[in-house]
Amino acid sequence: MLKVCLSGPLKSAADGAASVLISAATIRELLRELVKQYPQMQIQLDDGIAVSVNGDIFRDNWSQEIPEGAEVFLLPRIQGG
Amino acid sequence: MMAGTLVSTMINGDATEFVCQTGETLLEVLRNRLGLTGSKEGCGTGDCGACSVTLDGRLVCSCLVLGVEAQGREVGTVEGLADGDSLHPLQSNFIKHAALQCGICTPGFLIASKALLDRNSNPTDEEIRFALAGNLCRCTGYDKIVRAVRATATELRKK
Amino acid sequence: MADDPKFKNRKFKAVGTRPPRPDGLDKVTGRAKYGADTFAPGQLVALVLRSPHAHAQIKRIDTSKAEKLKGVKAVITSKDLPDVTNGDRDLYDTLENCLARDRALYDGHAVAAVAAIDELTARKALKLIRVTYKVLPHVTDVDAAMKPGAPIVQPRVYTRGVSPKPKSPSNVAKVSEFGHGDVEAGFKAADVVVEKSYKTEQTHQGYIEPHACLASVGPDGHGELWVTTQGHFVYRNTCAALLGMDVAKLKVTASEIGGGFGGKTHVWMEPIALALSRKANRPVKLEMTRDEVFRSTGPTSSTSIDVKIGVKKNGTITAASAELRYQDGAFPGIWAMLGAMTAYACYDLKNVKTIGYDVLVNRPKVAAYRAPSAPMAAFAVESTINEVAAKIGMDPVDFRIKNAAKEGTKSSYGPTYGPIGIGPTLAAVKKHPHMRGKLGKNQGRGMACGFWFNFGGETCTDLNIGVDGTVTLTVGTVDVGGARASLSLIAAEELGIPYERVKCNIADTGSLGHNHMTDGSRGTFSSGMSTIFAARHAIEELCQRAANTWEIPVKDVVWHEGNAIAKGKKHKQLQPLSLGDLAAGSENTGGPIAGHSQIVADGAGVSFASHICDIEVDPETSATKVVRYTVIQDAGKAIHPDYVEGQFQGGAAQGIGWALNEEYIYGDDGRLQNPGFLDYRIPVCSDLPFIDTQILEIPNPNHPYGIRGVGETSIVPPLAAIGNALSDITGVRMTHVPMSPPRIRKAIKEKQA
Ligand code: FES
Ligand code: FES
Repeated sequence: MLKVCLSGPLKSAADGAASVLISAATIRELLRELVKQYPQMQIQLDDGIAVSVNGDIFRDNWSQEIPEGAEVFLLPRIQGG
Repeated sequence: MMAGTLVSTMINGDATEFVCQTGETLLEVLRNRLGLTGSKEGCGTGDCGACSVTLDGRLVCSCLVLGVEAQGREVGTVEGLADGDSLHPLQSNFIKHAALQCGICTPGFLIASKALLDRNSNPTDEEIRFALAGNLCRCTGYDKIVRAVRATATELRKK
Repeated sequence: MADDPKFKNRKFKAVGTRPPRPDGLDKVTGRAKYGADTFAPGQLVALVLRSPHAHAQIKRIDTSKAEKLKGVKAVITSKDLPDVTNGDRDLYDTLENCLARDRALYDGHAVAAVAAIDELTARKALKLIRVTYKVLPHVTDVDAAMKPGAPIVQPRVYTRGVSPKPKSPSNVAKVSEFGHGDVEAGFKAADVVVEKSYKTEQTHQGYIEPHACLASVGPDGHGELWVTTQGHFVYRNTCAALLGMDVAKLKVTASEIGGGFGGKTHVWMEPIALALSRKANRPVKLEMTRDEVFRSTGPTSSTSIDVKIGVKKNGTITAASAELRYQDGAFPGIWAMLGAMTAYACYDLKNVKTIGYDVLVNRPKVAAYRAPSAPMAAFAVESTINEVAAKIGMDPVDFRIKNAAKEGTKSSYGPTYGPIGIGPTLAAVKKHPHMRGKLGKNQGRGMACGFWFNFGGETCTDLNIGVDGTVTLTVGTVDVGGARASLSLIAAEELGIPYERVKCNIADTGSLGHNHMTDGSRGTFSSGMSTIFAARHAIEELCQRAANTWEIPVKDVVWHEGNAIAKGKKHKQLQPLSLGDLAAGSENTGGPIAGHSQIVADGAGVSFASHICDIEVDPETSATKVVRYTVIQDAGKAIHPDYVEGQFQGGAAQGIGWALNEEYIYGDDGRLQNPGFLDYRIPVCSDLPFIDTQILEIPNPNHPYGIRGVGETSIVPPLAAIGNALSDITGVRMTHVPMSPPRIRKAIKEKQA
């Protein structure tokens, strides 16, 4: 089980929860499970998200493996100049 | 259709003739009729200096000069700065001192710097900054540009 | 192994040197081709008709007279760019922003366009287009737009990020909350609590090159676009989607770019040029005027921010919160959210909470501007930090050092930091001679910190070895300020050959896999990583070729400083084969030698900076002049230090302009009153001092060379550094940016009263 922390506008998609428990071994699995439990999350995924695993931010590499007990943060996707 | 005006002029030392409408700016003529796109349009209103050229040796914004005003006069553009295959020292110093990032302002700065050094071979930093105050650069913060001009002045004085 | 992104400490030969850039000569001779510098046979000139109203219903557009004018080849309205966005909200926003549909949403919003044989004809044609508007009430101020009863900018927008889902549309497009701990308890535990409110006005990236493109689309559905952009692959995908074209059939070539700073990450008028070309079946050139750039392309947000910080007498921050209201222009964005994420990123806080409100107003669609949204948040927070330090009698640098984030700190936006540079930049400030320099009469000193994320993304790179042993490096990220030099250095470093033997080209979209754009300080980070991998693939191939030549197993071959070497005693009679030797013999060892890399470059390290500023204020006029300025920033690893310094200096200069001068001024009619460089004054050469730089190198663990992005963070601290310097000399706290002479005077007068 991973504790996935939500932030910003993502919380509202999980009924305001600051974190949710998900069992997943990769970012792809994590996102799939998340949408299964919280269908509202799909809109957020469409808007773009990034996943932080132990402090490293992954925007596109969904095959990234997530070690057991890792700190996982779901962040909205950002843009730069 | 409006008839154009035939203009005879010298551009970078070469006798040149072109036909243009009376309302056309020298910048438009250089860029669109003569293919000399080294002079840039950043504003078209005399505020950015990207279009700087010399007219009879005087620094002007070519976006504020009409094409027909070039009749019988000498125009100097960035394309005429180098002497054959040897660059003008300003050009080589701009490269050496990384005085350009995107480079869109560079032709204007080179022309304006040359106009400065032609009349003042030993400018202070302050004089350089005020002489170049009509040229906008958004990338560099001007630091390396001033250094490149200063280095060129020193180099030219040694010659 | 070739694709291992982890940092390994090593000695560099090429990296870190300062050779001349490969595009330098073209740029000093006027040969370099920018967006407006190319021409096609039979090209038409396009012009765009724009709304003079801040908000209006478009009841009718009559183009018949314009169409009949001799020399006019195409006139388009939104009908010629039909909605094929298929429910994609962002794409529809882009479409509507390119060409207004039933309503004009801001002064400068495009409503129609013409293509004609020359500019004069096109101008006449524009005048012949009759648009019937019904003017609607408008709102341009961020706080006013949040008030009940404010005119609704986008009836299709319902606030996101709140539950339950709202039942009526709102100008608040998104609410974003970040933080951790219990701020209420934190404030209760504080000895001193400081609350302050701030406002910052809207600024523009102000790149000197206006948007320009040359579009050519045929009736066969094939097209080409030459354009000034920070991301031609992204432009291709967006334009193809908006025009209903096949991605592969639209070839986009990036011209040299005359500055972007985020403003050339979005399409603005390119789809119009393509649609005109498609209708006329002729190439179409479209250049914006400066007025159009200001009115119709994306500036950054104006903001209104409340900050609250609680602190113990010993200097420990017990809680910090902020409410950040950013306007997005007429289309939803993520700008307040970014402000809320970055506001407290420099600090190690037990209790922190930020809320961002993204607000719609009748102004142009906001786009990224260098570390987007971070400068305003940093202005509010870093100004308040100084106030707090003063209240408890602590030196502001020491106060920051005490509370600075470090490795292992839980960041205010969520994740835990790895190795970061805020502490080292502050330590460098303490030691810097600037801090001990004597201040002149009427001069004050201030400092401030800044943070930006940086990111990577999709990247594709080719590396081809020519028969003479020279190397062509082909990348897909646009070079905005010296990247070709840096990437050539990296290729030379990996291959062990001289810099002069590498030539770096930017590929068009037909020649390379997809690349994300040059934004988020990612150019050198991600194409650098991809170049390393492509070079390592080429080296694997080179070793194989050496093995083939020597007829020995490839495991016996190693690559060392540009040569293949046969390992071990048994091969000691074999002379090393250089890259040149192997290239010359390639025909008979397996054909062309190349390396390739296609990656998602993730793990871009966060970046921190601290700036020091001395400012002089005229006691009579309140005119200001920055007299000394120092930038200290972590670069991870500076590949070409000249261009790293250049990024630091350029960002600082933009921040100084923002702090002191630049602002969009809207009239009561909702129209922009200063769309030109005369009235929107960016810093000129005589306004600025030399800008000193100090590059720190705290390696990013997720890049083979330790590179971090360097392009953006330098614009974050100047607003607050200047505000703090002004407060040092005048004794007043400036809370409204730009801190122009009239505002400074007013603040001083109010204090005296
Ligand atoms: S284009 Fe002539 S001064 Fe700007
Ligand atoms: S180098 Fe880009 S504007 Fe000067």
